[in-house]
Amino acid sequence: MREVSDTIACEGCDAVYQRAPLQPRDVARCPRCGSELERHAGNQRRRILPLTVASLIMFAIANLFPIVEIELQGLRSQTTLAGAVLALMAEGMSVVALLVLATTLLFPLLQLCILVWLLVPLARDRQAPGFAWLVRAMQSLRPWGMIEVFLLGVLVAIVKLSSMATVVAGPALYAFMALTVLLTSVLSFDPRGFWELVFQRQEGA
Amino acid sequence: MNMHGPQHPHDHPEDAPVPTVASLGLLACHHCGTVWAQAEEGDACGRCGTHLQRRKPDSLNRTWALLVAACLMYIPANLLPVMITRTLFGTQNDTILSGVIYFWVSGAYGLAAIVFVASFLVPLFKLTALMLLLITAQRRTDWRRPERARLYHIIEIIGRWSMLDVFVVSLLTGLVQIQGFAVITAGVGIAAFGAVVVLTMLASISFDPRLTWDDKPVAPAGDNEVEKKKTATA
Repeated sequence: MREVSDTIACEGCDAVYQRAPLQPRDVARCPRCGSELERHAGNQRRRILPLTVASLIMFAIANLFPIVEIELQGLRSQTTLAGAVLALMAEGMSVVALLVLATTLLFPLLQLCILVWLLVPLARDRQAPGFAWLVRAMQSLRPWGMIEVFLLGVLVAIVKLSSMATVVAGPALYAFMALTVLLTSVLSFDPRGFWELVFQRQEGA
Repeated sequence: MNMHGPQHPHDHPEDAPVPTVASLGLLACHHCGTVWAQAEEGDACGRCGTHLQRRKPDSLNRTWALLVAACLMYIPANLLPVMITRTLFGTQNDTILSGVIYFWVSGAYGLAAIVFVASFLVPLFKLTALMLLLITAQRRTDWRRPERARLYHIIEIIGRWSMLDVFVVSLLTGLVQIQGFAVITAGVGIAAFGAVVVLTMLASISFDPRLTWDDKPVAPAGDNEVEKKKTATA
């Protein structure tokens, strides 16, 4: 078994290319099928840890405070994300509750925790325990975190209710907006970049 | 952009024969991207330890199974109520489409369009497109390979947005619990709908887009320069 260096294989069509050096912000695409081959990480490597920590803070606010509050005939009702999940559970919709819990709470939180776990030791030139397994988990989790879809869902729900009751946005709604922006930046980091980080350090040492 | 050297006569980059991992007898790690020579399928990647595979295992069968299941769930997802609203004035059962109609009639045209696209068109488009990709891959046809590749990219990007209605219903269920005045509960339809979204996402993950290109003539090893494109985002 021998590593063929400076070679990229296209995930989309199996084509093989010579690796070309990328400038900051460059994206290399396969000319025949259009799949992304490689992307220059730019300054992201230095920004990703602070952005992850900021995301975790926003995540806490987004889940601890109510998202929206409605007022109807003097009666008030409000909910958090966990509240919505519990309400679904109480109605016997545990499968849907689990799906919502996983895609909006568990998976995004897991992604952020794994990032911190991997990045903190890496800043001190160490490889976190379970490195290979966790980088793989990051890649598998990627399509399943759906905070941005949830945010759109909240906005649709607000409009739906506004004809029937007075709707007041809670602090968590703004936190979800900030979280969506932060997560878009954090999760655009290709988990494959972790291997590059590790191997660059080993070669430099 | 001169991507393959001056010697080849093709006008479109998609038509140019290129060497592939399979034609060169190499194996690429689908996890970390490292390319290996003199490796066997099933060996552990020397960098990250993942088992090396030429193609996603049993891709056509798995994708078909998930797709058929998704098609079956699509029927109750659209026929059964996704949301039940109980107010002082009575009980109202909403299906996916009646929710869209409600928005349209009340004048929220933009919102009606968003929900219609995300909840009705996107799942339908995904089911049809995956079926098309599977049939063309199975027949090993050379029909419109670049377009089929693009179709697969679109499916991967838009799939998650169908979860929209699941989130709307969940939030309304959690929020509108004013006993005696208005109570919203989730209908069985939303479970079927969630199943459609998850099944189609699993189907598109288990489909191997390389099957689309497998019977295309390949070129000997050359020095292909990778096309570079500037993008606005980092």
